[in-house]
Amino acid sequence: MKKEPESSAKKKSKKILKDLRGFGGNLYAQMEKGNFPWVEMPSRSTENIFYSPDERQYILGEKSVKRSARNIRHIRPFTQMVWAGFFASELVKNRKTSTLRDVYYSAQAYEMSFKDQPESNNIITDLETATGFAREDFNVFPEERSAIFGDLTIEYTVPGYEGKQLNLTSHPDGVMIGPSLVSSEFAKTGCDKVIAIEKGGLFTRFIEERVHEKFNALLVLTAGQAPRATRHFINRLNHELELPVFIFTDGDPWGMHIAMVIISGSANAAHLRGLTTPDAKWGGVYATDIVDYKLPTDPLTDVDIKRLHELTRDPRYTGELWKKEIKTFLKIRKKAEQEAFSRYGLTYIVDEYLPAKLEEMGA
Amino acid sequence: MEGRGKQALVTFQEISPADFFYRNRDIAGFTNPSRAIFASIRELVENSLDSADQMNVPPEVYVRLSEEESAADSGNGVYRLKIMDNGSGISARHIPSAFGQVLFGSKYTLKQARGTFGLGGTMSILYGQITTHKPLLVKSSTGTSKIYEYKMMIDIQRNRPLILDRKTRRNKEKWRGTIVEYSLEGDYYRAMSKILEYLKQTALVTPYADIRFVDPKGRLYMFSRATKKMPPPPTETLAHPYGVDVETIQRLIRVTNRRNLLDFMRKHFHRVGQGTSLNFLDFAGFIKTPKPKRLKPEDVTQLIKTISKHKKLRNTFGKVTEKEIKAALKKTKSQNMIDFLKSSFPKVDRTVILRLLSSAGFVRTKNPRKLKPNEIVRLVRMMKRYPDFLPPDASCLSPLGEDLLRAGILKELKPEFIAVSQRKPSTYAGHPFIVETAIAYGGDIPKKDDFVVYRFANRIPLLYDEASDVSVRVIRSINWRRYKVSSTMPLAILVHVCSTKVPYKTVGKEFIADRPEVKNEILNGIREVARRLHTFLSKREHRAKEKRRLTVFSKYLPKIARFSTDLAGKNEEPDIELLLKSVRKYEEGA
Repeated sequence: MKKEPESSAKKKSKKILKDLRGFGGNLYAQMEKGNFPWVEMPSRSTENIFYSPDERQYILGEKSVKRSARNIRHIRPFTQMVWAGFFASELVKNRKTSTLRDVYYSAQAYEMSFKDQPESNNIITDLETATGFAREDFNVFPEERSAIFGDLTIEYTVPGYEGKQLNLTSHPDGVMIGPSLVSSEFAKTGCDKVIAIEKGGLFTRFIEERVHEKFNALLVLTAGQAPRATRHFINRLNHELELPVFIFTDGDPWGMHIAMVIISGSANAAHLRGLTTPDAKWGGVYATDIVDYKLPTDPLTDVDIKRLHELTRDPRYTGELWKKEIKTFLKIRKKAEQEAFSRYGLTYIVDEYLPAKLEEMGA
Repeated sequence: MEGRGKQALVTFQEISPADFFYRNRDIAGFTNPSRAIFASIRELVENSLDSADQMNVPPEVYVRLSEEESAADSGNGVYRLKIMDNGSGISARHIPSAFGQVLFGSKYTLKQARGTFGLGGTMSILYGQITTHKPLLVKSSTGTSKIYEYKMMIDIQRNRPLILDRKTRRNKEKWRGTIVEYSLEGDYYRAMSKILEYLKQTALVTPYADIRFVDPKGRLYMFSRATKKMPPPPTETLAHPYGVDVETIQRLIRVTNRRNLLDFMRKHFHRVGQGTSLNFLDFAGFIKTPKPKRLKPEDVTQLIKTISKHKKLRNTFGKVTEKEIKAALKKTKSQNMIDFLKSSFPKVDRTVILRLLSSAGFVRTKNPRKLKPNEIVRLVRMMKRYPDFLPPDASCLSPLGEDLLRAGILKELKPEFIAVSQRKPSTYAGHPFIVETAIAYGGDIPKKDDFVVYRFANRIPLLYDEASDVSVRVIRSINWRRYKVSSTMPLAILVHVCSTKVPYKTVGKEFIADRPEVKNEILNGIREVARRLHTFLSKREHRAKEKRRLTVFSKYLPKIARFSTDLAGKNEEPDIELLLKSVRKYEEGA
């Protein structure tokens, strides 16, 4: 029988298992030599997080921390991390998925109780830092709420579905971006762009108004701040299928930042790669749109304004577009939601605004 | 105005000491029925312990309290109290007075004893008589072939014993001791906790005593001795000049057989020798020396002879000839020999001059019997002012000693940690005293919101008026956090003050006054034991920390080994025994 070429997902899980074995083997060797086991990993303290203009995302600096089992204050988190590594390798080996909440409870079966959920989450982040893999690579997912719709055919790799294909237009509510979708291979697509949308209502409107056909686009619902799995998925659509990505959010500092995290990532994920899509573009709602389209508005609150001032100091917001929009927001002191276009009729956003925006961004 | 020209009717009447205390029984601690029963037991137990101490035998005291008339609703009942000891016993002719006469006793001497006034025991009996009007039974023997039994009452107005019956029995077994039995009214059930606390603390501070108590319900409380070793008995001592008053001097003058003040001072005062006596009397202006002009040639010869005879005098005066002295005598205007020698030998110390004159027989002091009243007053005043008396020594005191104190605390409190300290003897107002302190931690000591404080004076537990006591004030003033001590710890602090005169504030012997000298000694004593407690607590904390460390390592290291083995895909876990051992090594240092 002719051996099929290995898929990228399979390749990745092999590498993960190999690295985890190395991680354990290293500790094993240290103990064999009669030493207290230890690991060294990049420090995640704020003074070691830098924005890299080259990589267009946050990265960790040179500083590293040594975790040793000899240190009485380290030994507990150290043990927890080793356990997390063991647990992750079991998940990957058995091709099971899990959530952060699962991890918290599973630990109790090994008498490794965590004090609370944040402690357990923190240990998973430690493991990410020490191994360089994202927790999604270890099949640990957060609660999912984002979705995708459009002409993309995927092939599952999860047990029981291997080889099965699905076209993502098959369900009119969209398909949830969950573990099995994230680990699937891309078979084929007829789309030439990705449109990411912040809000569920608009996502449904776009499907109803057949935006995917009219604009030949894959529609992604971020449902607020995009989960890491979704960011990683957008990255894959951009890199593997070479689809340009356009992001539509509410017209306020929080909407801007949803787009920015998809584009440039967050400081919290500075130890990870592959979660950002630097070439993605934010399409609005801009502050200037509020003026140009005479949208119904709410006044900016004090918190909004404070957030805008924070963004002016944020190294990710150095582009002209961002600077200009922040300035305009601060000038007009108003914000508008995506739904605000409904004042001109329910289809106005699809018929008028979207084509104009896509053209403006050179799609 | 009424009764002008008519004499107002005032009756003057002498009352006996017994009558006085009958009328003022509050000041002796017989305030109410529960206090009275407590005070009665306490006074008699203390007499018994003192009497055994005097004989240097480990005391055995048996106390029985039984109900004669049951307690009414008011709580007052009539009780029969019997106390038996193995003490010295009382000779037949002293028995009636010892129990039937207030202020008669063997304790009016300057050495440490539990009681001081000879009042307590008789006072208890007096109280029993006035509340029940029943006679007292006394049996006693000094270990001779006879036991004497008396049935008697006190004639309160005349302060005389009233003997109702007397018997003499043969003492085949050579028993020695005293049994006292009488009835009294009281409220035992309200006094019970104090009585038991008193006995417990007495047992603590008298670890060489066997004390048994049978209460009205027939319950036996045993406080068994932990040792037969007793502290060395105190020796009787003379009065210290700082502590005397005019009355004391007058009494001494009446009994003394010394015919001059120099000898009088030496004979009757504590730590006063020839030198001190001379210097003091000179300071006080009681020394007379002849006028230089009247000195005869043989006197001069005597003076020179004395100088050459004593090496020290020879060295200080140098070579002196009769000729020189005689020449000086002719010229001098001095009125006495001291001034004369002082001006002739300006470099010689006045004390040395006094010494010379005394040795040569030129010093005259008055016959104490011929002192005029104003002279006696001056003498006493000068005694208080003279700065160079030696401090009293502590041979008249009988502190418990660190070993016995430790034994007593171990016996009654069974603590986890104990530190005891005996301070060096010190004095206040001419009275010697010694402070003993102890701190005990854990064991049977209850955990309360505050420390347990045991106060003792001359081996008597002090149970009332704690807040006013100097020890409690000192304890409150200490910053205990410095010693890692918190008030919720099971901690007992013990302070024992022994003195020939404990500075009580009241006749009831309940708390010690704030004398600065006493206070300082208590403070330093407590600090010393507190420091040792601090060391103990620090070490314990360190050990606990090491134990926690080890627990943590032995919990997590095996897990790391197990998960790493799994991750690495190995079959056998690495050996972590060496690692655990290296952690354990820390612990052994503690």
